[in-house]
Parts: sequence; C-alpha cells; structure tokens
Amino acid sequence: MIYDYFVVRFGEITLKGKNKKQFVVKLEDDVREKLREFPQLEIKRHFDDLEIKLNGEDSASVLAILQRVFGIQNISPAFKVGTELDQIREGVLRVANEEKGAKTFKIAARRKDKRYPIHGSELNQDLGATVLRQCDWLKVDVHRPDLLIRVEVGYHEARIYGKEVKGAGGLPVGTSGKVMLLLSGGIDSPVASYLIARRGATIEAIHFQSPPYTSDRAKQKVIDLSKKLRGFTGKFILHLVPFTEAQVAIRDAVPEDYRITIMRRLMFRIAEKAAIQRGALALATGESLGQVASQTLESMNTINSVTNLPVLRPLITMDKIDIAQIAKDIDTYDISIRPYEDCCTIFLPKAPRTRPDRIHAERFERKLAVDELVNAAVHGIETLVIDADTKEDAISDLL
Amino acid sequence: MIYLDNSATTKPYPEVLDTLRTVSEHYFANPSSLHSLGGKSEMLLTRSREQAASLLHIDPSEIVFTSGGTEGNNLAIKGAAFAYRNRGKHLITTAIEHASAGHAFEQLETLGFEVTYLPVNSEGRISFEQFKKAYREDTILVSIMHVNNEVGTIQPVEEIGAFLKDKPKTVFHVDQVQGFAKVPLQLQTSGIDLCTISGHKFHGPKGTGLLYVRKGTLLSPLFAGGGQEQERRSGTENLPGICGMVKALRLTLEHQQEGINHLKRLQKKLFDGLKNIDNASVHTPEQLSAAHIVNVSLLGIKAEVLVHALEKNEIYVSTKSACSSKENGASGILVAMGVSPDEAEQAIRISMAYETTEQEIDVFLSTLAETVNQLKIVMR
Repeated sequence: MIYDYFVVRFGEITLKGKNKKQFVVKLEDDVREKLREFPQLEIKRHFDDLEIKLNGEDSASVLAILQRVFGIQNISPAFKVGTELDQIREGVLRVANEEKGAKTFKIAARRKDKRYPIHGSELNQDLGATVLRQCDWLKVDVHRPDLLIRVEVGYHEARIYGKEVKGAGGLPVGTSGKVMLLLSGGIDSPVASYLIARRGATIEAIHFQSPPYTSDRAKQKVIDLSKKLRGFTGKFILHLVPFTEAQVAIRDAVPEDYRITIMRRLMFRIAEKAAIQRGALALATGESLGQVASQTLESMNTINSVTNLPVLRPLITMDKIDIAQIAKDIDTYDISIRPYEDCCTIFLPKAPRTRPDRIHAERFERKLAVDELVNAAVHGIETLVIDADTKEDAISDLL
Repeated sequence: MIYLDNSATTKPYPEVLDTLRTVSEHYFANPSSLHSLGGKSEMLLTRSREQAASLLHIDPSEIVFTSGGTEGNNLAIKGAAFAYRNRGKHLITTAIEHASAGHAFEQLETLGFEVTYLPVNSEGRISFEQFKKAYREDTILVSIMHVNNEVGTIQPVEEIGAFLKDKPKTVFHVDQVQGFAKVPLQLQTSGIDLCTISGHKFHGPKGTGLLYVRKGTLLSPLFAGGGQEQERRSGTENLPGICGMVKALRLTLEHQQEGINHLKRLQKKLFDGLKNIDNASVHTPEQLSAAHIVNVSLLGIKAEVLVHALEKNEIYVSTKSACSSKENGASGILVAMGVSPDEAEQAIRISMAYETTEQEIDVFLSTLAETVNQLKIVMR
C-alpha cells in the first residue's frame, strides 16, 4: 500500500449554498462516528473535501466503511511528496505501478500555487512521458483512461492521487427528517429503506409479526436486515408490532379475496399512529407498481385512503430484477431470501382481489373492531434500538 | 515440559476449551432445525462467521468452515479445478507443498489435468521469474503455500498475487496453514481468491478450519449433501469447533504483532545458539522465513534418535512434517533444496508458539548441546 491518506469529496451538498456548512459538518460527524474503531486516523475538514490520514490503519477496511457513508461522491487514495519535479515523477510512477490492471492512463496535473515555475500542461507532458517510458503496459487515453492520476502541486508539497472510488452519493443521514418505513423481511423493503436513507432521511422501521404463525427466526431475519441497514444509517430503530389478533379477526370476518386489502389498511393505520408518536412525517413502503395484487393502482388507492401522511414509494417504477440487484449490492439479498413465514405469507388467499375498491373495503371493515385492533397493536409495540453495540453478552463470551 | 512442535499442532487455549464445552452443552441443536433451539444455534453460527470475517477483514459470505487444512486444501484445489475445467487444464504449484495439496494435484493429473511443479532454490524458495515462465493462457489455478511447514521459508505469494490480479481467468489459492498469525497476509488486496487456514495451528480445536473464498470464485463441492456453507461444504456444522476456532482466532490476532516480534527474538537466539554447536547445519534461511520455525541437521545423528533422546528431557521437537513423518525416506523439501539425503535424514524441526519463553529456548539449546555430545560418543 503506497497511499497514506484518503481524500473524500462531497456530492450534491456542495450545491447547498448557505446551508452547505451544516450539511458538511453533519457529514464529517457521520464519518467520524463510523470510523470510531480506527483510533489512529486523523480527519481534517477542508472547504470541499475531507482529508483522512491513515497513520497505519488498514486502508481497505477504512475505504469499505467510507463507501457506505451517504453524502460522499467519491474517494481518492493519495500521498504527498515534495515539489521537486523528480519527486513528483517518482510519485506518479509509484501510482502507475500500484494500480495493476490498468491498460490506459491520463495525467491530470495542476498547480494550486501559481508561483510554481512549471505550467500544468508542461507538467502533464513531462509526467505522461515519464510513465510511458517506465511502464510499457500503459498507453495514453485522454478520453476514457482506466487510470487517472491526478497531481496537485502546492507551495510546500504536491498531492498525488490514486484511482478514484465511487462513494454512496446522496445526502448525509438525518438532514431530511424522519420516515416510518414498513419493513417486511422481503427483498424490496430493505432496498426502499436504503434509497430513502440515502436521500438523508432518518429511517424508523415497523415490522408486523404474528406469533406463533411466524417464528423467532422471522424476527431475527428482520433484526439482521436492520443491522445491515444500520451500516448505512448509523443507529437504526425497529418497531415490532404484535399482529396476530388483527390477522385472526380479519380471517374470521372478511371474505377471502379482500383479506390482504384489509390487512394492509390496518397496517397503514398502525404505522401512521406509530409515525405520529415518533415524529415521522411520512410513511414508506417497498411497493412496485403492479408487482403483486396489493400493488396494483386500485389496491394502492384503496389502501392509501386510510392515511393522510405522504407515502413514499421509492421502488414504484422499478423492475424486480433491478431491485434485486440493489439488494445484492447492499448485502441484504441473502438475508431476505431466508425462507421463513412472515405475516404476509400466512392466511394468504388463493386468489386475492387485484382490483379492490374503497366501498367494499369499508363495508367489510364495519364487521371488524378496527379502532380497538389498531390501538391494541400500537400499544403492544416493542421497540428495538439496533446499535453498533447490541451484542448479546452470553454469546460474546463464547467467541 | 518444553513443547517445540507447534507446527505439528498447538495446545488449545483454556478459553477455547471452555467454549467447546459450553457450546456442546447448550447449543447442541442443529443450526438447520426450524425450532427455536435450532435458531439459537444458527444465530451463534452467524455470529461466529461475522466475527471471523471482521477479524480477517473479509465478508462473512466469503468464509467456508471446514475440518482443517487438509480439507481446505482439497476443497480449494480440486473444487476450483473441477469448477473451471472447461476453461483450461493447466495448473501450477510448487514441488514442496504439504501432502494435502501435493497429493491433490497428483489426483488431478490422473484426471487429465496438466500440473507444473515449480522447483525451489537452496533456501527452499520458488522464483517469481520461473513462475512467470510457467504461467500460460490456459492456467486455471495457481496454488502456493505461503510458509513452508518444514523449513519455514516464505514464498513470494504477494508478488504472484499482484501478477495474477489482472488475470481473472486464473484462480489463486494460498495455503496459509503455517503462515497464519506468523506471516500476516492481507486477503482482500493481495489478489488471492482462496486461502486455507487450520484451527489447531493457532490454539484452536482439532478438526476445524476455514477456507476464504473470494466473492465470485466458484468451487465445485467435494461432499454431496444438505448444502450447508452456501452449498460449498455439506454436513452438519461443527458448531463447538467453529466457535472455539473463532475464539482462538481472536485471541491470537489480539497479540499478533507482539507475538511475531517475540518469535523473531527467539529465532535469533536459536540461530545464534546453533552456531556454537559445531555439527549443526541450519536449513532455515535467516531472511524471508517465518519466525516460528528452525530446521537444522545435527550431522552424524539420525533425527529419529535425537527426537527420542530429547524427549527423555521432556523436550518435544519433530523430524519432518508430522503428516509425512511415518513415510520412510528423507524430507522432500530438503532434498528439493539440494541437501544430501543423509543430511536430510538428520534434520529436526523446532517450531515455537507465542507463549514459548526465552528460558525454554535456553534450556533447549543447552540440552541439545549435551545430547549431541553424548550421542556423538555413542554413535562413533
């Protein structure tokens, strides 16, 4: 490893005008918090980047964490050399030799200090020629190089950057308010959670469980998903709703083809109450238009009508295959496909209504004690804080 | 007792024994069972995997728990060769691999694969230049041990890894059984696709091990069965063993830096002390070797005789690799290094652990000198 620090560049928060500082400070806090386990790091905030000096910490682990911080556009490994031309040439060669696999390169050198006697364009030519002479596997490509070697020459020192790595993008978590997300345990809702969190919202998740029809493992699955999401969001709050009573009541009172519609309407009512209690300003789901019976426009219209909160549906236009790809990228896919029953798969009708309407839904609900069921469920909520330190002690001792 | 056969196996940490007992007693349910007892076991298995992954700076899905070094090497070598057999038939390894790798390659030769065995120089090391010459378009697998188990020589796996980084059609396996916690390897950045580690070499339980399988690397499983370990290693998980090994992994890595520095001091002491014994001929190179092994021939004295003479003083060393010490004949690696067969038959291996003390090495050296003197008189 030839690099001794990372330069972290901000994404669209640099466009935030007068509010920029506030976003940048939040981002710096997030970075510091997530890198807490590396005590040797030195983190400095500049006008439009963060400089993270490694001081011997493991660069691959640090990079993996940085790539999960929202608000970061890209990250470059870098090191500093003196401003003598020979020192800069030697530094550029070090990068060219380190980044194996590149076949083409480009040098992008500039003088930050205009007193430096060699112009940027001359530097580019000189350094490019140096690399061409020494590294016979590399050719110049100024349009789409495999390896862009950036050089910035200041007054005291020159910074040389290695291959730039993409960050997670988006906005720092917590800069956009709070959202209550319905987390099922399937593939879609964790992805929805990720996408909303990436836009800077704080996510609290609400999960419905129906013991004994659903097992502890289904619960553990949701906790494991929350732990994965915590990797992006920092602290993650998970509300577990006891839903058996409501589901049994629906099974007994509602015709089979309307059960899912009514179940979803109850879930939305419960989630809305929880959202208001917790100060969330919107609900969110992993619905995708037309994916299943409850996600047709008719279904969404009938179900959505029970709440006045905005319902965010970040996946609404996405195909399943693209959603699954994101799930794999954020590492929730393997957990989501664990095969346990959840509350949506039990009492599942053979032929659910794909075009339900409000009038029928409301008529069937008159046979249910909707308010009591909703209140009892909200009252029974168990709230878990999924924090970095939730390690069960009995197990820690064993390992 | 002075135990200097740590390359054969190590004494388990007491904490590891506690874990073995507790897990066997309270987490006996099958992690695949649906009931909540099974769920408890599964959770412990998941946590073990996560902890091992974070200690090794890799992803939990990149870990396959195995029964040890032999299984790890076999699964890596045969599993990769079978999985990629349609891509090419050429494999590269060295002349001095552990039997579990060497014999696996011999099996593959009988199945139509072509194997290049790289020779070693007088220090027991292959050359990178020779490797590059042996490398071909149709090389699907390269398997190199990082640290030789008998002599301790470090092989240039980092150089080879860097070379193979941009050769996506070649899988690179490293046998890190002897090197683990002695000569650290950065798994994620060094171009390695597969890496074998064995639990009992670092004070974990016997019958445990771990194979690192880089994301995207295919392996054809050796066992047909219930599809545990992501379809790569069927068989009910050895949960007590896995937990014990992961604990040993943590305890060992917590002391890695100071442990290695300590071993280096002890090794220096051994090198210096052996120089004062006039018929000692040291085979372990002083540069680029692991700090825990010293291989030496006491000229004129058969290794087996010396091992038994030392054990009268409760000092335990070994002849060659424990796994091949029952085969007759001289050590393969020493002969490959150009040592004469006679001298090779006189070689003993001294292998230390972090907890070996300076005093033990002093006692060992003086006992060895005495023993050698006595045996010289007897055998004259």
